[in-house]
Parts: sequence; C-alpha cells; structure tokens
Amino acid sequence: MAAAQAGDAAAYEALLRAILPLLRRIARRRIAIPAEAEDAVQDALLTIHQLRHTYDPTRPIRPWLAAIAERRAVDRLRRHGRRAGREAPIGEFGETLAASAANTGEDRVAAAELRAAVADLPEAQRTALALAKLEDLPLAEASARSGMSVGALKVATHRAVRTLRRRFGVEE
Amino acid sequence: MQTEELIGRLTAELRPVRRLGPPVRQAALWLALAAAAIALAAAHYGFRHDIAARMHLPHEVAQWVASVAAGIMAAVAAAMLARPDRSWRWALLPVPAVAAWVASLGLGCVADLARMGPAALAMGTSWGCLRFIMLLGVPLTAALLVLLRHAGPVRPVPVLLLGGLASAALCSAGLSLFHHIDAALMVLLWHGGAALLLVAVAWLFGRPLLARPPRYP
Repeated sequence: MAAAQAGDAAAYEALLRAILPLLRRIARRRIAIPAEAEDAVQDALLTIHQLRHTYDPTRPIRPWLAAIAERRAVDRLRRHGRRAGREAPIGEFGETLAASAANTGEDRVAAAELRAAVADLPEAQRTALALAKLEDLPLAEASARSGMSVGALKVATHRAVRTLRRRFGVEE
Repeated sequence: MQTEELIGRLTAELRPVRRLGPPVRQAALWLALAAAAIALAAAHYGFRHDIAARMHLPHEVAQWVASVAAGIMAAVAAAMLARPDRSWRWALLPVPAVAAWVASLGLGCVADLARMGPAALAMGTSWGCLRFIMLLGVPLTAALLVLLRHAGPVRPVPVLLLGGLASAALCSAGLSLFHHIDAALMVLLWHGGAALLLVAVAWLFGRPLLARPPRYP
C-alpha cells in the first residue's frame, strides 16, 4: 500500500487482488445475496481507492481494510432494505395473461422439442419406442406388429430412451 | 461491471497521493485555528470587567476548564474517528469532560437556587450568546469537517457530531471570557442550547456533504 500511495500501479494491482478474498469474506458474512455482496466488495474497492491517502504505513493494514469493507457492506444492506420496502417481488405476477392457455408457452415449446428429438431417432428405435412405451403394448404383441424380436425391441427402446435423456441433459 | 474490470480501472487511474499527517496533528491544527478565532473575538469585545474576581472562584475556573477540555477532547476524538482503522472507543474520550461541564453547570443552578431562592429561576433571553456561538461555531465546525472530510465514506455521523460539539464547547468557553452572564441556569440554557443547536446544524448540513455513496471513476 505504501508503494501504491507513491503511485506504483503494479504493486497496487497486486494488493487489490490479494485483498479480494478478505473483502468478499466480510461482505458475504453480512449479505446473503451473492450479487449484492459482490456490489459491496466493489464499493469497498472504490472507498479504498478514494481513501488511500489516509492509510498510515506504520500501522497494520488489515483493520483499515476491514473497517472500510464492513462499512460498505452495512451501507449496501441498508440501501437494500430501503429498496425492498418500496418494491414488490414479481414472482407472484409471473402469469402475465389472464387466459390460462396463453401461459402454457413453455410446455408447448418443450413438447415440440421432444417430438423433434424423437423424429431424429433411427427408424428401429422410433418404432420400438412408439409401440413399447407410447402405446404401452405387451412386448410379444409389439414384436408381432413390428417384426422385431423381443430382445431387439428391448435393446432398441433402451437405446432410444438413453438418447433422449442425453439430449435433454437428464442425469442417468 | 466485473470486479476484475474495476480493479483494472482503479489501477489505470492511480495517481501518487500525499499521506495525511497523524490525526493528533490535524486536531492540534484546528485547535490552534479555533483558539486564534476566539482570541480575536475576545480582543474585539474586551474581557468582562469581573474576570479577575471570577478567576479566584474555583467553581468558575473548574467549569471553564471543563468546557475547554470538552472542546479539545471532542476535536481529538473526531480526528481519530475520521481514520477508518481507529477504534470507535475514541468517541468516549470527550465524555468525562462533557459530563464534568454539564454537571458543573447543573450544580451552579442548584447553588444559585439555594443562594437567591426563586429569583434564580427568572428567565431572561440572551440571544447574544446564541448568535455568538452560532456565528463563530458554524465556520469553525465547517473548517474541522473540511479538514476531516476523509471521514465521509466511513464514519460520517460521529465525526459530524463530535465536530459540532468541539466547536460549541470552545465557543462557550470563549464567550465566558467576555460576556457577562451570571445565572448558571442562563448559561446552561443558552450555552448548552446553542451547543445542541450547533450539533444539530452540523448533522443536518454536514451529512449530505460527507456521507455520499461511492462514485465510479
């Protein structure tokens, strides 16, 4: 810090990076919301910059930094509290349209994606999936209808389901 | 803006700064300024005619010393608190002196009451006291706050209050040198009231100046 007071930019950058964990620890201890805590860390950096001439190099730097970081975290918390009193959470107003059908957009997109994924499957897997899973036929009947052996049907359905799961990022 | 980016910007616009002197030296500088201003005022008005007699009254001298001590201690405490790394306990430094000052004024009231009876409660107005303390106290407080403006981002309110208190105590002590006012109740009300008013003014007008949210460069 003494070097930074003299104008050494490299020493200053090294210092600011080195104190980040300390600043983050102080901010997170006070503020639960990560983005808000990070804002408090940035406020602390700005204040450190603004007050760098008040640091006395003969004294330890940690209390000086900690006092500034605490102050900025408390300020953020207060400002956040004031704002929270004026604002209403919008989560409850997620349904923007009155007609219930209008709010099923996401479901319909998901269904279209699933249909496209099924269409991309190899012919044998698609048939097996359609008969064994969608129409829910017993394996013997599905075998008779598709002309595939029971074993081949089992393997094809299993592979089809696995492909779909992978495609939509579902954990196995 | 990302924190990394902010660090880059702060580093890029780094300029060498001159370190602040020790806080006690800042307090001494302001005390010298205040003493000079009050001495000038006393020289202008002339000492009260009975000052020699009052200097022999231990109670009066103690009261005066307590008010001066309250001013000095409050100024030192304000300079200390203006530094982020100093303990908040410095705020307690002026407490004994202020307590002694107020207690001595209170005792004076009781003594007056015992000596003069109900006549001690006769209220007068002394707008002169109020005017003097405000006229001299506001610029002195402003000077101290300019000197301690680095307190803004960290501990603005205690420094504002202590700054107002320091100015008010010293102005009251200065006023006692040349203004003839005997009834302790009057001193308590007009000096104490002016001190409270000055602290309130410092808080009201100083806060928006000192306590601003951090700005992005």
